[in-house]
Amino acid sequence: MAAYIFRRFLLMLTLLFMLSVIVFFLFQMLPGDPARLSCGKACTPEIVELNRKRLGYDKPVIEQYRLFVSGIFFGRTFSEDSPQPIKCEAPCLGYSFDRREEVMSLIARAAPATFWLAVGAFIMWLTVGISLGIYAALRRGRWQDRLTLGISLVGYSMPSFFIGLMLYYFVVIQYKLLPKPEYVSPFDDPLQFVQAMFLPWIVLAVLYAAFYMRLTRNQVLEVLNDDYVRTARAKGLPERTVVVKHALRAGLTPIVTSAGLDLAGLLGGAIISENIFNLPGLGSLAVNSIVESDLPVITGITMLTASLIIVANLVVDLLYAVIDPRVRLT
Amino acid sequence: MRQPDSLRVDQRPEGEPYLSVSNLVVRFPSEDGVVNAVEGVNFSVTRGKTLAVVGESGSGKSVTALAIMGLVNRKSAKVTGEVWLDGEELIEKPDAAIRKLRGNKMAMIFQDPMSSLHPFYRVGAQLSEAARIHRKLSKKAARDEAIEMLNRVGIPAPRRRVDDYPHQLSGGMRQRVMIAMALINSPALLIADEPTTALDVTVQAQILDLIGQLQTEFNTAVIVITHDLGIVADIADDVAVMYAGRVVEDAPTTKLYASPEMPYTLGLLASIPRMDRETDRLDPIRGNPPSPLKHPDGCVFHPRCKYTDRVPNRACFTVRPELLESEKDHFVRCHIEPEERRRIAASVLGTGAGGNAAIATAGTDGTGAVAPVGRPA
Repeated sequence: MAAYIFRRFLLMLTLLFMLSVIVFFLFQMLPGDPARLSCGKACTPEIVELNRKRLGYDKPVIEQYRLFVSGIFFGRTFSEDSPQPIKCEAPCLGYSFDRREEVMSLIARAAPATFWLAVGAFIMWLTVGISLGIYAALRRGRWQDRLTLGISLVGYSMPSFFIGLMLYYFVVIQYKLLPKPEYVSPFDDPLQFVQAMFLPWIVLAVLYAAFYMRLTRNQVLEVLNDDYVRTARAKGLPERTVVVKHALRAGLTPIVTSAGLDLAGLLGGAIISENIFNLPGLGSLAVNSIVESDLPVITGITMLTASLIIVANLVVDLLYAVIDPRVRLT
Repeated sequence: MRQPDSLRVDQRPEGEPYLSVSNLVVRFPSEDGVVNAVEGVNFSVTRGKTLAVVGESGSGKSVTALAIMGLVNRKSAKVTGEVWLDGEELIEKPDAAIRKLRGNKMAMIFQDPMSSLHPFYRVGAQLSEAARIHRKLSKKAARDEAIEMLNRVGIPAPRRRVDDYPHQLSGGMRQRVMIAMALINSPALLIADEPTTALDVTVQAQILDLIGQLQTEFNTAVIVITHDLGIVADIADDVAVMYAGRVVEDAPTTKLYASPEMPYTLGLLASIPRMDRETDRLDPIRGNPPSPLKHPDGCVFHPRCKYTDRVPNRACFTVRPELLESEKDHFVRCHIEPEERRRIAASVLGTGAGGNAAIATAGTDGTGAVAPVGRPA
C-alpha cells in the first residue's frame, strides 16, 4: 500500500512536469507579444523593449521555462535590474504585470468562491442524482421511472448558460425572490452567502444530477440482478437494506470515479456559472485573463486545474481499495 | 448455539408435512407472451426428510423454490396456488410478512457460492445479518454466533476466518459459509438450489455430507434442487421429477430408481453414465424441452416421448394427463397404462424391475459421481 502510494506519487510528479512543459510552451506559441500588451496605450518601441527585458521575455524559451519552474520551488525576482525589483515568493506561479499582482495571490483570492460553488453543487447533485437514480431503478419501466428519466434528459441537454440566465431572469429580476447575487465569505455573512450561491449551485447541480441519476439508475439495475442481492433478500432483510447496503454499495465504484473527477474539474473554476452570477472565482479570473491576454495568470490557472485532476485521479484510485476489498493496490 | 428445539417447537404433529405446495403456478407476462414457468406443482416435505426436485434447466424447479421463498417479484409475475409452511399459507400473505419468515423459518442456498456472497463485506458480517434482523441480536452476540456457525460447518480457524472477505475463501469454503448463513436462525426448511453444481467433484460430496449432518442436528426439512440424478440417490428420501413446469413423477427415492414409470424419468435415468454396465452409447432423450412461451397440447412431454403409440386415441397429443397415484406414494403423470409403463421401464433399464433397485442402493458407484454420504438411516 505505502509502496503503491509512493509509486503513484512519483508518477504524479512526472505527469505534472510534462503538463507544465506542455502548458508553458503551448502558451508561448500563442499570437500576440506580451511585452507589447503590458505597455498600454502610450507606448514607444523603447518601452516595449524595456518591458520585454523586465518580464524576462528576452531570454530564450528554455531559460524562461527554467525560471518558471524554479520560481515555483524557490521563488524568483522580476525586473531585477530596475529600481523597484518585484520579489515573488515561492511557490511563485508568475507575476501579472497587467494587474500588478502575483498570480498566486490572485488565485488565492479567487479560490474560495470557486471552492464553495463546487462543494455546494457537488453535495446537491450527489444527493439528488443518487436518490433519484435509485428511485427510478426500483420503479423501472413504470411511469415514475420514465418521468425521472425524461426530466434528467431535459436537465442534461439544457446548456448551463440557458438555465443560468433563465433562473437569473425569473428569480432575481422578474420576481425578485433573491437579491442580486453578491459574493461574500460564508464566515462573514452566511445568509448573503447562501443567497448569492443558491442559483449557481442549482445551475451546476441540475446538469450533473441528471448525469448521476442515469449513472446510478443503470448501476443499481445491473447490480439488483446479481446473485448476492438475491442472497440478501433470501436472508429476509428489509428491501431498504437490500437496496442501499447490498446493491448500491456494489454499484458505487463508477459513481465515485465520476464524482471525484467532476469535483476536481469544477474546483478549477466554473466559467459560465461564475460569470452569470457574478462570482469572483477562478472561472471568472480565467476568462478575464484570457480577454486581457494576461498570460502568466492563464498559465497559472491551467496548471492548477490540471494538477487538481491529476490529484483527484490518485484519490479515486485509493478510494477503490476502500470500497472494494478485492482491489489490491500493489 | 441456542436450543431451538425447546424454544421453538415444531407446531406440526409428527409426520405432518412442514411444507406443502399445491397447484403452484408462476407465470411471467412478457412482451413475447406469457412465460409459463411453473404450471401446477404439488409436493410436500416433512421435517428431517429430504425431497429432491429433479429436472432439466428451464423445467421450473428454481422458480418453484423462489416462489416458495417469496422471492419471485409479484409485480412481474403472477403466482397462484397454495404454499403451506408450518400451518401458514404464504401466497396470500403480504411481502412484509413473508420477509419475516425468510432466513428465519425457511432459508435458501444457491448454486454459485462465488457470486452469492457479497464481495464487499466480511464473511462474519454477512453471516450475522440474518440473526441480527430476525432475532435482534447485538453485534457482539451475532458475531459470536457467526463464529460458532463457521465452526459447525467445518471451517478451520473460524475466529480468524470470520473477518475474511469472500474472495479469500475457496469455492467449497464459500458454500460452507452460505450454508452457515442459511442455518444461523435454525430454519425448519432449507432449500438448496443446485448446491454442488459449481463445485469440484471432491468438494461436492463434502458439502452434501455437511447438509445431511446439519439436517439431522436441526431436524430440518430439506429440498434439494438438482439436475444431477447421481446425487439424488444418496441424499433424498423422496424425488419429484419436473418437466415443463410440472411434476411428472413423484415417489420415494428407492421406488423411483427401482421402478420409474414416466418415460421422461426413464430417459433421465438412461442418460446417466453407468460404470457397472457395458453400454456402447448413452441413450439421451431426443429433442429439447418446450419453450415456456408455448407448451405443447396434450402431454407436455409427447414431442419427445417414444411411447405415444402405446396410448389409444392419440390421447398423448390432445389430453393433458393428471398426476395420479400409480401405487402407494408413487405419483405419475402419464397416459400409458401402469402395467405397460413398468414393462417399458424394465426393457429400457435392462434387467427386470426388481434388479434396478440396485441402482438406488449402489447409486454412488453406479453414477461414479459422488462418494457415499453418511446420512442417518
